[in-house]
This record gives sequence, C-alpha cells and structure tokens, in this order.
Amino acid sequence: MSSQFADFPSLRARRHVNQRRKRVSKALRIPMIAGGATLAALGIKRRSLLGAGMAAGGGLLIYRGITAQGAWLSTLISVRKSVTIARPVEELYRFWREFENLPRFMRHLRSVRSSGGQLQWVSSGLLGKNFSWEAEIVEERENELISWRSLPGSQIENQGAVRFQAAPEDRGTEVRVELVYRPPAGRVGAAFAMLFGEEPEQQIREDLRRFKELMEAGEIPTTDGQPHGRRSKVTNILKSVSGYGRSDEEMNAQRVIS
Amino acid sequence: MKALCWYGKEDVRVETVPDPKVLNPKDAIIEVTRTAICGSDLHLYDGFIPTLEAGDILGHEFMGEVVDTGQEVRKLNRGDKVVVPFTIACGQCFFCKRGLWSACDNTNPNAWMAEKMYGYSGSGLFGYSHMMGGYAGGQAQYVRVPFADVGPLQIPDGVPDDKVLFLSDIFPTGYMAAENCDIKPGDVIAIWGCGPVGQFAIRSALLLGAAKVIAIDRFPERLQLAERGGAETLDYSRCDDVVEELKFRTGGRGPDACIDAVGMEAHATSISGLYDEIETRLMLETDRPMVLRQAIQACRKGGTVSIPGVYAGFINKLNFGAAFGKGLTFKMGQTNMHKYMQPLLQKIMDGAIDPSEVISHRVGLRDAPRMYKVFREKQDHCTKVVLDPKAA
Repeated sequence: MSSQFADFPSLRARRHVNQRRKRVSKALRIPMIAGGATLAALGIKRRSLLGAGMAAGGGLLIYRGITAQGAWLSTLISVRKSVTIARPVEELYRFWREFENLPRFMRHLRSVRSSGGQLQWVSSGLLGKNFSWEAEIVEERENELISWRSLPGSQIENQGAVRFQAAPEDRGTEVRVELVYRPPAGRVGAAFAMLFGEEPEQQIREDLRRFKELMEAGEIPTTDGQPHGRRSKVTNILKSVSGYGRSDEEMNAQRVIS
Repeated sequence: MKALCWYGKEDVRVETVPDPKVLNPKDAIIEVTRTAICGSDLHLYDGFIPTLEAGDILGHEFMGEVVDTGQEVRKLNRGDKVVVPFTIACGQCFFCKRGLWSACDNTNPNAWMAEKMYGYSGSGLFGYSHMMGGYAGGQAQYVRVPFADVGPLQIPDGVPDDKVLFLSDIFPTGYMAAENCDIKPGDVIAIWGCGPVGQFAIRSALLLGAAKVIAIDRFPERLQLAERGGAETLDYSRCDDVVEELKFRTGGRGPDACIDAVGMEAHATSISGLYDEIETRLMLETDRPMVLRQAIQACRKGGTVSIPGVYAGFINKLNFGAAFGKGLTFKMGQTNMHKYMQPLLQKIMDGAIDPSEVISHRVGLRDAPRMYKVFREKQDHCTKVVLDPKAA
C-alpha cells in the first residue's frame, strides 16, 4: 500500500534524517558492545553478587549496543506497526477515540485527558517522575483515521496516526499505527531513553498486542503476581534492570467500564 | 502450598511457595486433586527447552476442584470438578473461532519471545517455559487457570480422577495425532514411540477405523501395553532395518500414515543415532530427528506424517527430498485441546476406552523429583506417573 506518511508532508521530508541517524548510531555500537563484553567477562570471573551485577550491566550494554536505535542521540524516530483485531471497525474506532482508554493498553501512558480537540498526555517516568505533553487532533475521519501532533513547546515532540480498515471476509479490522517523535535532549532525554529508547518498535507492537487482547478476549494476559520458587540472584538483578513502564497490576487497576 | 519447581538441568525440587490468587477477571483457582508427569516435561528436565527460570513451577496435566473464581467467570462455580487443558485459549480470536485453539492469539504474555524464535506465537501453556507464556504449572497443590470458562471441562460426579486426568493432554494429543492421519478403511498406521501418547494414538487410530496399527518401541512393557491396545508390535532394537520391516509387513506398500510420538529426544541404535547425539552435543542442531527421518522414509507415496512428539528448534539432514518425492502431507503442532475434550470424555463414559491403563506409578507430590528420574531412565517399567498433591 502507499506510504502511510502521505498525509504528513512534514514527516515525509524528515525521513532522510532518520536514515542518517542509523549510520551515526552504528559508530557508537562498537565501543558499547566491546565495553559491555569486557564488563560482563570481568563480572563473570568474580563469581560474586557484585560480579553478577557487573555481568548484568555488561549484558545490558551489549544489548543496547546491538539494538541501538539512536534514542541516545536526539534525532527523529519513526515507527509503524499493524495488527488485525477480530472486532468491527466501529467498535475499535470508538474505543480509541475515547483517548482516556489508551492507558489501558499502552504501558507507558499514565493518563490522557481530552477537551475541545486538545489532548494532555501523561507518561510514567523513572522514579515516579512523569512526562507530560500537549497535543492537538490534526484530523479525524470517523471509522477510518485519527491523527494528532504535539503542540509547540512540548517536552516530547511527536506526531502520530491510527488507521482502521476492514480486513478481508470475517477477519475484523486492520489497525495501523504510525508514530514519529523526537526524543528530548539533556537529562530529560536520558531518562526518556531509559523508558522508550530500547526498542520503540517493540513497545508499539506490545501496545497494539494489548489493544487486541483487550478488545478480543476482554482482558490482557498476565503472570505478574503468580507463585514461583526462589529465583536466582542473577534473575532478580536482570528483572530489576529490565522492568520499565507500568506493571500489569498497575494497568489492571485502571480498568474502567466503557 | 507445595509445588514442584525447576532449578536447572536434572534439578527439580518440591518447595513451599505462596498460594496462587486470581489476577484477572476470567481466572479460576483450582485445588489440584491429581496431576501427572508428561513425557514432554522430560524435555524441560533435560534442559532442551529454552527460557525456563530457576523457581518455575512445572506441570501441565492436572485436574481438581474450583476453589475461587474471578468476577467475570460465569460457567464455573466453587466445588466444580474440572480437567484443565494444557493449552490456554481465549475463545474469541481468529484461531479459537476456527478450532485452532492451540494457536490462540491472546494468551501468551511473552508472545514476543516466541515471535523471535518462531515468527509468531502459539497459545500460552501451563508450566512450559516463559517463551510459552510463563504460566505457573499444575504439579502443585493449587493452580491459577486463566479464561476459566473456555478451557476447563466439568466432570460429572462419580467418575474417578484417574480415568479422566489424561483429558488434560495425552489422550487428546494421541487422538489428534490419529485424526491427523485422515484414516480411510484399510489403512495401516505405523506409530513410533509407545509411551503414553503413542498408546493413545494406537487406541485412537483403531477407534477411527484403521485396519492395522504397527507400534514401534524397544521397551517390553510398553510393547506389551501396545499389544493390549490392539497393535501389532515392532521392537526396533531387534530389527536391522525398520523401514524394510515395515515394507515387508505392509505387502511392500508402506504404512498409509506414520505417527512420530517420540519427538526431539529420540534414541536409536544406528549410526544416524550417534550422528545426532554428536551434533546436539556440539550444538550443531538442537533436536534429534531420527524418528522423523524414519517416518518420512517409511511412509507410502501420498501418505501422511503426523507429529505429536515435540520439536523445539533446528534439525539437520532431514530427508526432505523423500518427502517431496513422495508427495507427503505433514500434520503437527500442539493439540487443539478444546475441540477434543468433551467428545473424548463421552468415549470414556461410554466405556470405549479406559485411559487409566497407562498408569504405572501413583505417588505423592513429594516423590515427584525422584519420579522424574525414574521416568526419564524408564526404570521400574515406568510408563506414566500420576501425582497426588494431597498425599504430600
């Protein structure tokens, strides 16, 4: 199908920036991976709790080096993902159009408030620090498209669209999301990268998966809070560094009757 | 509660862990009255399945009594006796609606892991690694069951647990393997592996009208059980060439369908067995496909190879040319449990089959770690271990 950016000339013009970003980030990867490997090797040799921590940290560096998408560098990031949901277009459109619903399946969003075509987004951050930004609805076509973009002066400059299109036969609806955002610079930027920087594509995919689960099955599957035997120290450390965004429990508490 | 936890290769222990609680509105909590060790649990025990974590509770064959339900559970009530399928399904997605329950889109919280390995993720499974959902398993005194109105099958009063427990996995799994052979009058079915799934595949193939079933194994007690189930037996350890032997016994035609009820940890006495042993040790392949190769080679032209045995990763030297040259059909995958449980319960109630005949050992949960080893080594004529979590 034709480019999803057709409706956003400003975004289309910026795509080459995105390409350049990828080349730049490559140069950073080698030292990150090498440093991570050294740290991990030293950590493993120690065979102690500190060593496990070092190994975990090294692993994280390697991982970041491999998956670096440039959120460390303050340039434009664009993501597109689609999912098929076995529900009618009208139902999905209506649910999404109630922007207050979005935090029910978007892990990083704490709340969205809408009034008169303007949206206030609040996203959960590290150590209880929240990000917030204002956006306006750019275009709305009922049962077809909603697009928005951040207002000038926002902490997080971004633009996005969601499209709804009937899938073949009885397969429901194809939902396509596109997001373009420029991560903030400085300290805010570093905290932001910790949150969104790892794999923005993966996070949008997970948000869409949760949307599908919620709309089709009526709940989002979880194992958070189930019993298990003693975990190893390494597992615990890895879990503590890799967990970002809100827990399933927090998201569930947000369940509202729609 | 007490639960059997995995701590590493050949290291499982019964530990005291917190009781499970309702986490989602469609959950139920089951007090387990019977659970079993599955042949596929041995793949976990032997370290063949990635993404297990120390402390994970194993077990995917279990039944029990409903003791708590989430606010959106409608069908089940406290006190109901249920058998729980090992696959978790939402009942609402594209796949569930088409009867492909084990491919459910909405029950694996870690679907991204399976997507990285397989492209797409199947349904969540109980006690079978984080890639498959990371759900705590049923070799425990209590277990949490998501989508409780979709999976669990209510069992009428007065039916003994041991007769219906295997509706949780191995009976439907053996049955689907036979159904996948699309059996026509006169068909001969060859079945590799006379473990519990093989036993149910034998009985199901005959129920579905097979003219003859040839069951292949090397353990006398398993071959005897196969014979009792109506199969003709073939001891591969006393046979130079299984493919030639099958040809001879089928008038040169070859079996119309072949069932691989062994999977990725096959053993063989031949050179090719040694080859796979070496390759897996060297990490050049992850699974040992001896049975699959033999089944492909033996199957008649245009026949079906049906695979209930579990494969997880990569295999080498697969005779795919033979499969192509003969125009074979392959059918495989995790069992679409929800489709088979009710009709197979009916067969049990009608007396057409008594699944409890495969049980060789009944012990308390605390003996489970020892029984994993006994079952793996096939010591003491072990074919199937049933655990009673209350005997503790």
